[in-house]
Amino acid sequence: MSTAAPADPAATAPPASIDDTIARLAALDYVADRPLATCVYLALKLQRPLFLEGEPGTGKTEIARTLAAMLGRPLIRLQCYEGLDLAGAAYEWNYGRQMMEIRLAEKEQVSRDALAAELFSDRFLTKRALLQAIDPANAVPPVLLIDELDRADEPFEAFLLEVLADYQITIPELGTVKAAQPPIVILTSNRTREIHDAVKRRCLYHWVDFPSAARELEILRRRVPGAAGELSRQIVAFVQQLRSLELYKLPGIAETIEWTRALMELNAVVLDPELIQQTLGVLLKYQDDIARLQGGEAARLLAQVREEARVAAG
Amino acid sequence: MFRAPASTGPSAGRLAENVVHFARVLRTAGMPVGTDRVQTALAALQLAGLESKRDFHAVLSACLLDRAEHRALFDQAFVLFWRDPDLMGRMRALMLPKVHLKDGASPPPPENRRLGEALFPHQPNRPSDEPETEQVEVHAELTWNDRELLRQADFETMTADEWREAQRLLRELTLVFEPLPTRRARRASRPGAPDWRTTMAAMARHGGEFWDLRWRAPRPLPAPLVVLADISGSMSRYSRMLLHFAHALGHADAAVESFVFGTRLTRTARLLKRRDPDQAVGEVVRAVADWSGGTRITATLHEFNQRWARRVLSGRSTVLLITDGLEHGDTAALAHEMDRLHKRCRRLVWLNPLLRYAGFEPRAAGIRAMLPHVDRFLPAHNLQSLSDLVAVLAHRDDAPPRPNSQPR
Repeated sequence: MSTAAPADPAATAPPASIDDTIARLAALDYVADRPLATCVYLALKLQRPLFLEGEPGTGKTEIARTLAAMLGRPLIRLQCYEGLDLAGAAYEWNYGRQMMEIRLAEKEQVSRDALAAELFSDRFLTKRALLQAIDPANAVPPVLLIDELDRADEPFEAFLLEVLADYQITIPELGTVKAAQPPIVILTSNRTREIHDAVKRRCLYHWVDFPSAARELEILRRRVPGAAGELSRQIVAFVQQLRSLELYKLPGIAETIEWTRALMELNAVVLDPELIQQTLGVLLKYQDDIARLQGGEAARLLAQVREEARVAAG
Repeated sequence: MFRAPASTGPSAGRLAENVVHFARVLRTAGMPVGTDRVQTALAALQLAGLESKRDFHAVLSACLLDRAEHRALFDQAFVLFWRDPDLMGRMRALMLPKVHLKDGASPPPPENRRLGEALFPHQPNRPSDEPETEQVEVHAELTWNDRELLRQADFETMTADEWREAQRLLRELTLVFEPLPTRRARRASRPGAPDWRTTMAAMARHGGEFWDLRWRAPRPLPAPLVVLADISGSMSRYSRMLLHFAHALGHADAAVESFVFGTRLTRTARLLKRRDPDQAVGEVVRAVADWSGGTRITATLHEFNQRWARRVLSGRSTVLLITDGLEHGDTAALAHEMDRLHKRCRRLVWLNPLLRYAGFEPRAAGIRAMLPHVDRFLPAHNLQSLSDLVAVLAHRDDAPPRPNSQPR
């Protein structure tokens, strides 16, 4: 669940400015635009959770991973799903061991009060992501990624409020666990539903948009270093054109990267209509969308891309 | 309201004042910007954001904004409010927008009416809370009120008094929604899955002498509802009543989203949140530009599928589609959109006031295109049909989808 990065105090200090944030993220191959870097910088400085919303595949989860690596913090990830509750997200009592304890207590004639106190003590507690993240015993405060919050149901959001506001969790049987140093909290949502205002209120908010062509090309250059310049340029131009169509699900950066890798596997040097047709499934995930691009539409887009490149070059 | 940072001198104080004022403008334009957010923004501006206008925008939007759909409004407000080109150079000039306000000089027409009203509150205001539904209700002449007759009366031919009485009856409907099991559990008295936590607590209480198992059962939740109401000319009287119905639904114990469409789609869930039904429906009528105009069912369904379906529909939702289905355009496209809508929800119920005619047959091409994709096809022209609808909503539809015309 968590991965520790090498801790080098000089290299893992928090960034000193927005520009420093951009540079440090770029050093780890995360190309952030300035508004996003501003939000990240502020979130670190103000010690506020950062709430990122945006289309799937625009690098929301990746920012948490990169931040963890950048600051040398362990990453604790909580993937949300419908029905996620405290037992799955924060803590659970170890019922099997408690049962044993009760049986042992019977033999050893332990008093009831002592047994009750013992049963709900720290050693019977199974810590899940949220509690791990704010454990006062943590040497370094981790990066807590609460991923795809929109997949969890609304009651779950209420569990989060205490963690987000005060970095603490109250366990009725045990008391309040409070982080010694606040963790860095990143929440992401694909906006399949609106997250409650109470959650958002406690966070800094940023809408992660699709990148500009220049930034996407830079991302591709860093993430798929082996790709030929001409191919990457064509891929980016084509995907950017694709995003201007009215598709059901627009391809994200993740899809661009996947597609580039796929085309490289096929030893492609330049795009051609047939190749696009064969690999469209990497880029588009809805049959309606794929059908739209069949029969000449892809070729038309490609021609447009080539024409624009020609104009730009000439 | 907030503590102006003491260390940063008078210019920062001015800035703080203007940020507060900007927040107030946003609030009046309908964005929920609390004072805590303003505080965060001021704290953030101590750290960054004064180097360039772009950074300033990034900082303010990170702190004051919390919804994707407010981005456009925020950007416009930002441009209008902080329009002094030499913004970062002279903090003093930040007072400019305020001067504009006090002058009452005629401002350029702002792009957004809501924003315009927020920025220039001294403009002659629209009459505030005068529900336009009143015209239907002023002339009250008839005095008889037979409930049973009223239940059968067609909304379109009701007199003003009957109409008002009908609205009252509508409010009295007991709304129960089909309970669907969720993945959350509640305590149960009957054996099922064991609730270990309470079991352990109970056993610890008496020293674990005997087994004291407690149980859990899945907690049911009312099925969410999405209302799509046609407000074109031919439908307007029915739609108005159905909006009242949607309002009543919205204040019941379930998640209700509502949209109206004529030539374009408008989300009305927020407008219908007002407690008073007349005011709420009045809000909708005011907000919607195409009330009683034409209708483009295919285009609006497409827009709904494209922009909203993923966000407001879940596999658990029931969709109430209220339209007469008289679409004259491309019926193949209409069928496609209906199919898509149907696939995204659990139940698609079509309410069609045309079903009031005893001999109704689905002859129109639009209706024929839509029918195969709905689970229920019901009339919605009088109170009786609406209470029948309530019964349908309350029960699980186990019968296979039978899109059949069944005149009441």
